[in-house]
Amino acid sequence: MILTILSVLLIISGIFFFFTATVGLLRFPDFYCRMQATGKGDTLGALLCLSGIAVYNLSDGFTLSSVLVSIKIMLIAFFIFIANPTATHAITRAGLNAGVKPLMKEDLQK
Amino acid sequence: MINRFENIIIQTISRLLIPPIQLYALYVIAHGHYSPGGGFQGGCILGASFILMVIAYDIKETKRMISEKINTIFIVLGVIIYSGIGAVCLILGADYLDYGILNKIFSVSPAKARALGTFGVEIGVGITVMAVMVSIFLNLVSGGEHEEAQE
Repeated sequence: MILTILSVLLIISGIFFFFTATVGLLRFPDFYCRMQATGKGDTLGALLCLSGIAVYNLSDGFTLSSVLVSIKIMLIAFFIFIANPTATHAITRAGLNAGVKPLMKEDLQK
Repeated sequence: MINRFENIIIQTISRLLIPPIQLYALYVIAHGHYSPGGGFQGGCILGASFILMVIAYDIKETKRMISEKINTIFIVLGVIIYSGIGAVCLILGADYLDYGILNKIFSVSPAKARALGTFGVEIGVGITVMAVMVSIFLNLVSGGEHEEAQE
């Protein structure tokens, strides 16, 4: 019961971070701001959601197979935790090489 | 000369991640008849690891790992494994790719021989899919030149 409540809390907080990342992607003014919002929000949201799923998988009891499945889910989370910021960095750097201008203070005052 | 498209973060993370990706591809190939996966999926993941190497490093660096000659040999080798297992079944007196007859060679039960034959065919499919994916990507990204990526 405690594990189920914990997993629900983790998944809800993960969905909150996904939501803020999507709002940032849609509403921020600039390419770099958008990449920052999605890179951070998506990573934390996916990490929290997958942790919640791993905890929920253990709520029926700690058997060997369920622990193994939870370890595999946490390996996916670890992979996303490494790969997603790197992909964001690569996209941002490609944008900088392609000549995308960052938003400056003067652009806002117009 | 420093290439402005090279980057130490991307290269380090790729160097960290490529071996687990290849290990996971072998897991998908070898575990294909118990869980989702199989030869095509595992071969695609194995090819994607080489494609990641092309993106993070260079075509020259990747061709040092898997050269064009060895890649072409892999394409043929997978098809030979696939059709060879089928032909062995044909020679032993059953239909093409009817693996149950393989128990005459391996001295196991027909069901076990069937699982082994499926596994061998999956290995052949995985090798061919990996090599063809790498070959298609190299030809597309360099315009058939195989020297360096076109911008």
